[in-house]
Amino acid sequence: MPAELILNVALSGVLTGLVYGLMALGLSVIFGVVRVVNFAHGELMTLAMYGAVAAFQRFGLDPLLSVPALAVGFFGLGYLLQVTLVQRFVTRPEHAQFLLLLSVAVILANAQLMLFGPDARNASVDYALDSLELGPLLLDLPRLYAGGVALCASLSMFAFFRFSRSGKAIRACADNYRGAQVVGLPIRRLYALTFGLGCACVAVAGGVLTLLVDVTPALGPAYTLLGFVIVIVGGLGSMLGALLGGLLVGVSEALAGLFFTPSAKSMVSFGLLILVLLLRPQGLLGRRA
Amino acid sequence: MLAKAGRALAQQPGAQQPGAQQPGAQQPGAQQPAAQQPAASGPAAAGQASGKIRLKVGVLLPRSGLQGFVGQSCQKGADLAPAVLRELLGVDVELMNADTESNVDTARTRAERLIQEGAHVLVGAFDSGQTAAIAQVAEQRGVPLIVNIAAAPQITEQGYRFVFRNFQTAPEIVRNGLSLIGELLQSSGAQPQTAVFMHVNDTFGQAMAGGIKGTLPTLTSLPFKLVDTISYDPAAKDLTVEVARAKATKADFLLLVCRLNDAILLRREMVKQRWQPMGVVSPGSPGMYEQQFIQALGKHAEHCVSNVPWYNPKAELTHRVEQAFLRQNPQDRLVFHGLNVGFTFEAVLIAADAFQRAKSVEPRALAEAIRQTNIASKMMLGAPIKFNAKGQVEGIGSACVQNLNQVPTVVLPAAVAQAKPVFPVPGYKA
Repeated sequence: MPAELILNVALSGVLTGLVYGLMALGLSVIFGVVRVVNFAHGELMTLAMYGAVAAFQRFGLDPLLSVPALAVGFFGLGYLLQVTLVQRFVTRPEHAQFLLLLSVAVILANAQLMLFGPDARNASVDYALDSLELGPLLLDLPRLYAGGVALCASLSMFAFFRFSRSGKAIRACADNYRGAQVVGLPIRRLYALTFGLGCACVAVAGGVLTLLVDVTPALGPAYTLLGFVIVIVGGLGSMLGALLGGLLVGVSEALAGLFFTPSAKSMVSFGLLILVLLLRPQGLLGRRA
Repeated sequence: MLAKAGRALAQQPGAQQPGAQQPGAQQPGAQQPAAQQPAASGPAAAGQASGKIRLKVGVLLPRSGLQGFVGQSCQKGADLAPAVLRELLGVDVELMNADTESNVDTARTRAERLIQEGAHVLVGAFDSGQTAAIAQVAEQRGVPLIVNIAAAPQITEQGYRFVFRNFQTAPEIVRNGLSLIGELLQSSGAQPQTAVFMHVNDTFGQAMAGGIKGTLPTLTSLPFKLVDTISYDPAAKDLTVEVARAKATKADFLLLVCRLNDAILLRREMVKQRWQPMGVVSPGSPGMYEQQFIQALGKHAEHCVSNVPWYNPKAELTHRVEQAFLRQNPQDRLVFHGLNVGFTFEAVLIAADAFQRAKSVEPRALAEAIRQTNIASKMMLGAPIKFNAKGQVEGIGSACVQNLNQVPTVVLPAAVAQAKPVFPVPGYKA
């Protein structure tokens, strides 16, 4: 098999993996801080995808340009969701949290079905079929943009949590809940901020993903599942782990399609998940409980 | 023209003259005193109870979901049928439409519901998997199913008594499709040595793949050999890897068994990866001749070839259907829905014709009448509509349809061709 083919496919997997990583980053951040698993993650992403497609179809707005507005809108949505709904379930048993967010997912999926119908929609931008030739490499331009935006958004998240006062407070809250209470950190507000940031991540991922895939209301559960696989492989609660997991899943799926049969691509990510659960249950970059 | 087509149908073996009512059978439109009506139950009772009998045809199509566009296209053929058939046969047909949502389980439950609601005969369902599920329901409930489009051979190989298909099976599609590739190469003078075969990995795709692998080695006149076979998920959201792998084979042309959405994805990916083979040829699958394919891809849809069962542009019934189509869809053209509208219309035609002869909506009588069908004045290419012992129509013809100037155009067989084929496609780099 030619090396340039493997390189091209691997690079395509890396770019897709960056978008997957950003999506999973949102899930990981929410779990890492609020300790609630967001089972409506995929549905929130498809909602963001519909937002980007609607902005393109109604106003001719490129999904890359609608990403900031989507991020702000979804931050607000996530903040509100946490304050009004999720906060009441933070101290409740896990099965209650699971049922709550599963209900949110079902409501979102059906609302999308009623609003947008079951057919696939996409944003047919002018550069949708363009590619960039760099020596032996042939880069799909929309994928390159999507991967680039996802990387920038992920780095912004890392910077926020590392350098900003709010980010440090959130990390403190995640590291030691009791300590954060003792020093008087506004935990409810920080939780809401975190849920909002998680939703903003998924909005950016969804916005750029419209350049790569057509959106249907049925996409949600598949992406929620993919998000879980990535987060568990990378390490639940680890931001860097989510990005690494996304890259691993993206590249392994792409290469599996090349070396084995393309129909069995998703099998590989689940194989990877089982392997990680057997050998390193806390995930590649996760901390042992 | 109307009278001629009506006469052609009325002159079939088994067709009865008006007034020659069978004992116990009820004439469409005739009203019996309630006391004289036989005790009946199920769909037949529903029809008889209404006084003037109308044939209730349950149309099951994937009008939403993955196959939504094609299902909607088929629906146009069903929608125009009642008016055409009233003129042609004097039969009242009532459509009961159901959306299978491109889902096998939904198809099964919708079929059950249509029968419960009084459908006398079912028509559908474009997809082999969904059709197989509906066929089970139809057989269990004893209600005739006329398959409009579905190619998996097993649908008419199960010994079912209530399942009839007026469409080619996958091996027939493949045989006709490959044979037309031979004609295409002969008429264009092209001599490709290799082909890469890509197919959608669903019931239809697997049946077609099996047919191609079985038939191709026997066709020694074809100059090319398959260098790789790549299957892909019908719900694939991204075909980057599949196309990269196909491109790497450096095959002369792409032999493709696809559906609509994946055909669009695949063609887009070919453009992105700058893969320009001698051509993209389907040996008999939907997708590339459809309006959405051409609308979504514009110039990139040009020159794609589909060797598919198609309508005879010169047939009298085609002109009648085309007029009805334009009345119902003034902004649209029949050519973009040729196969879907044609076979769906013919399925309803078969039901109406059987109803006219059976003079009953009783499922067994309808099934028996369908079995005796002999319709020579038809719309689609090929032999008259006659069902064999398995409920399959034999001798349905195919055409080589190429997208030329953004319109699917019949280029072969020469007898019905509207233009000459273009192969290799312009821009081909050896």
